[in-house]
Amino acid sequence: MTEPIVRLQNVNKFFGDNHVIKNLDLDIEEGEFLTLLGPSGCGKTTILRMIAGFEDATSGVITVEGEHVEDKEAFERDVNTVFQSYALFPHMTVYDNIAYGLTVKKVPKPEIKERVREMLELVQLMGFEGRRPDMMSGGQKQRVAIARALINNPKVLLLDEPLGALDLQLRKQMQIELKRLQQKLNITFVYVTHDQEEAMTMSDRIAVMRGGVIEHLATPKEIYGRPKTRFVAGFIGESNLFSGTVASVEGDRAIVDTDVGRGMMPAEDFKPGDPVHLCVRPEVMQYSTQPVDGFTISGQVKNMIFVGSQYRTLLEQPGHPDVKINRVKVDNSYREGDVLYLHWALDDVTGIRAKEDSDGE
Amino acid sequence: MEGTVTKQRLSKRLRRKRAGRIGGNVFAILVYAFIYTPIAVMIIFSFNDQNNNYYWKGFTWRWYEKLFTHSDLMPYLVNTLIVAFFAVLLSLVIGVLGAVGLSRFEFKLKKMVSNSLYIPIVVPEVVLGISILMLYETAHFPLGLPAVILAHVTFSVPFVIIIMRGRLSGMDMSVEEASQDLGANRVVTFFRITLPLLIPGILSSAFMVLTLSIDDVIITNFVSGPYSTTLPVKILSMVKVGLKPEVNALTTLMVLVLVIGILVNQVVQSLLAKRAKTNTKVYF
Amino acid sequence: MANDQKYALAMSGRKPGIRGKLPVLSTTGPISIWMIIFVMLPLIYVLVISFMTRNVYGGIEPAFTFENYTTMLQPLYLKIILKSFKLAFITTVICLIVGYPMAYWIAGKPPKTAAKLLMLVMIPYWTSSLVRLYSVNLLAMPNGFLNTALMKLGIISEPLDILYSDTVVLIGLLVACLPFSVLPLYSSIEKLDKSLLEASKDLGAGPVTTFRRVTIPQTRGGIVGCIILVFIPSLGMYYVTDVLGGGKVMLIGTLIKNQFLVTKNWPFGASMAILLILITLAILLIYSKFGKMEDLEVV
Repeated sequence: MTEPIVRLQNVNKFFGDNHVIKNLDLDIEEGEFLTLLGPSGCGKTTILRMIAGFEDATSGVITVEGEHVEDKEAFERDVNTVFQSYALFPHMTVYDNIAYGLTVKKVPKPEIKERVREMLELVQLMGFEGRRPDMMSGGQKQRVAIARALINNPKVLLLDEPLGALDLQLRKQMQIELKRLQQKLNITFVYVTHDQEEAMTMSDRIAVMRGGVIEHLATPKEIYGRPKTRFVAGFIGESNLFSGTVASVEGDRAIVDTDVGRGMMPAEDFKPGDPVHLCVRPEVMQYSTQPVDGFTISGQVKNMIFVGSQYRTLLEQPGHPDVKINRVKVDNSYREGDVLYLHWALDDVTGIRAKEDSDGE
Repeated sequence: MEGTVTKQRLSKRLRRKRAGRIGGNVFAILVYAFIYTPIAVMIIFSFNDQNNNYYWKGFTWRWYEKLFTHSDLMPYLVNTLIVAFFAVLLSLVIGVLGAVGLSRFEFKLKKMVSNSLYIPIVVPEVVLGISILMLYETAHFPLGLPAVILAHVTFSVPFVIIIMRGRLSGMDMSVEEASQDLGANRVVTFFRITLPLLIPGILSSAFMVLTLSIDDVIITNFVSGPYSTTLPVKILSMVKVGLKPEVNALTTLMVLVLVIGILVNQVVQSLLAKRAKTNTKVYF
Repeated sequence: MANDQKYALAMSGRKPGIRGKLPVLSTTGPISIWMIIFVMLPLIYVLVISFMTRNVYGGIEPAFTFENYTTMLQPLYLKIILKSFKLAFITTVICLIVGYPMAYWIAGKPPKTAAKLLMLVMIPYWTSSLVRLYSVNLLAMPNGFLNTALMKLGIISEPLDILYSDTVVLIGLLVACLPFSVLPLYSSIEKLDKSLLEASKDLGAGPVTTFRRVTIPQTRGGIVGCIILVFIPSLGMYYVTDVLGGGKVMLIGTLIKNQFLVTKNWPFGASMAILLILITLAILLIYSKFGKMEDLEVV
């Protein structure tokens, strides 16, 4: 890959006294599907709006294809947006909505016609060109919004929670379709969502944000498997977290004393005395009825629930959130009230260095 | 036994409800009667065959004939319409722009300007009238049609802004962003997106200003001067000697035009809505 | 934090130049200038003039005085002012008593019917107010419809002497103001959450209690709006007395008008205008406690 198509360097954004983006650096590579993921108010939409040109960064540099965009108005930038509310022009037909970008650029009519037809085929809306937006379903409106943004051949397509208003079924279907479109057109997608599953499904890379800062930027697999911060571990998927300090390092493994007992993790560059959070996903959490060497964490089975795709067991530990264990098959070897001893493979645990600033939960 | 008791009680309740409903309808009809009696009298006396219109003498069409042949009222009607036309035009331009600006941007004087809009609406008109008169006299601005037009814009423009601001706040702002995002600059966006979406609001504003302007007597009386009298001001001066049925005939026709205008507008609107739903244009 | 922000601002690439201000200026410039020239400056001028002295030629002497305000206390003027308030007050009360049930009745209809019924209330307003008032005059004449009808029915033996009386002026004020009382009341009643009424009844309150404890407090924005749209304007509607008072009934609006168009005593007229402004402000102050200015936007 050559130079990133969008680059944010040391970007800050204030709304009044409110510091919503903090010294943010972000490189978006050409042709990738990058998702900005985070809870509401984390600044993800603000980043999108700054790239689009609806907001100005208070400080810092934003470049698209190496060109500074600070002095370019939204209508001068080669990026297009799919809005959360669709923002279709209610007084225009589907045809006129999609043609709008070319019409204002005074592209010759026959060419517009040809391009609109291509777009309608691309989003599978042939035959709908004469409709008004208020006569269409949410999913159809969404397709029009996408076609309208894509007709300009943008270098980057910005999508602001575009599936937020759709029901679950349709959302899943549209996720696949969006990914297909992105791969087919090879356009850079920057996607904003608070839905981690959606992010996992579509993205090449995910930037998990909190409080105006990117906490973790990596592939979905890495973010799930090796979350960088405690927040990321909690926000992406389910996890069991144990806080403690490194007691000793023995070769490639580190022994950790947590507030509920002793456990192990890969040593990496941890030293004795380092504060650490151990993160173990519920589906790889192992248990046995007898204590296991090197582990002293145990819990009492509180209840077993069938949640549709899997069976979940909750273990109760005094003064600690319940430990979750997920299995595809039901295990009848224990019952409510039994004590189980927990352990895990070294590959399945992530040691998250406890930093004071990102622990505030 | 128990069944009949329940039935009796129910019917008593229903009876009370029905009595209430009938009472409400009678009351409403009385109120409408009160509001419409003066108008009925106005229309009836436009056919009165008596010059000073003090009492009913007999039926005649002659006032309507006079209106269309040799009416003395025409110059005043023309003045009224000229004033209304320019008042509507000017207050729409200033009001629509102002409403867009006030609801889209933040600036230092925003609060002051925004609050000052309520002054012409709440302060008694006579106060506004004398203050504008004093402004003209002090600035040596001659009284006449331009003076009347400016005064009418002053009391109309706040209504335009209030109506338009209501429409704008109900409008999805991201539509404008979408337009800019697709490459249309602010001016193009205003004319292709914002303005078309505001058309219904603009029409009702225009109607509001039109009715305010045509009927205004309190303020116009101060600033019209001797040679630019509008119809209401002329009527006010005629009241002491009695209104000729010709005046009734003219105002009757004006209301008729307005009501027909509204009905036509409603029919056109529903036709347009129907056509938009059944679009049969061939695109490819 | 504050330092951060200053640093951030200093580092900002964009400078707010004329290009950044153009959209604001081009949209809000005209209205701002208009309101300053035609509303604010004249009103300040009225305030200033109200403390000036009138000279013998009908001009203004820049000599400070309270005289214009003390003149209002003379029995002749005080009587007119008090009578104006009395009539405006009665008008408002009647408008509330009639307008509230009317608005409630309309609000109970389906939306489309309600819109048409409201339109019916407003249509008279598009008719020349003067001609409508003159019609009231015609009705009130000794040989007019009202007297003839009452005499034929045997209710009265002699024509009522109501022409050019306070009563007929009051009727005129009602004719002019009633439609405006229905509008704000309707919009507040229509917004009223009906489940509140059901909740109140569910909790054992009868219709009267529910109306007094729930409906009225919930719609008081409309009530005060009605007061603003009826009480304040009716103080200034001089044409009502011009048409129906026949020179016998004098109210403050006519008094102010005469100071400018007849007797040329600007300072005295200005001082009475200031009185009306103060009353308006007082009512608005009360209103701001109950509702937002935006609620007035029922037009």
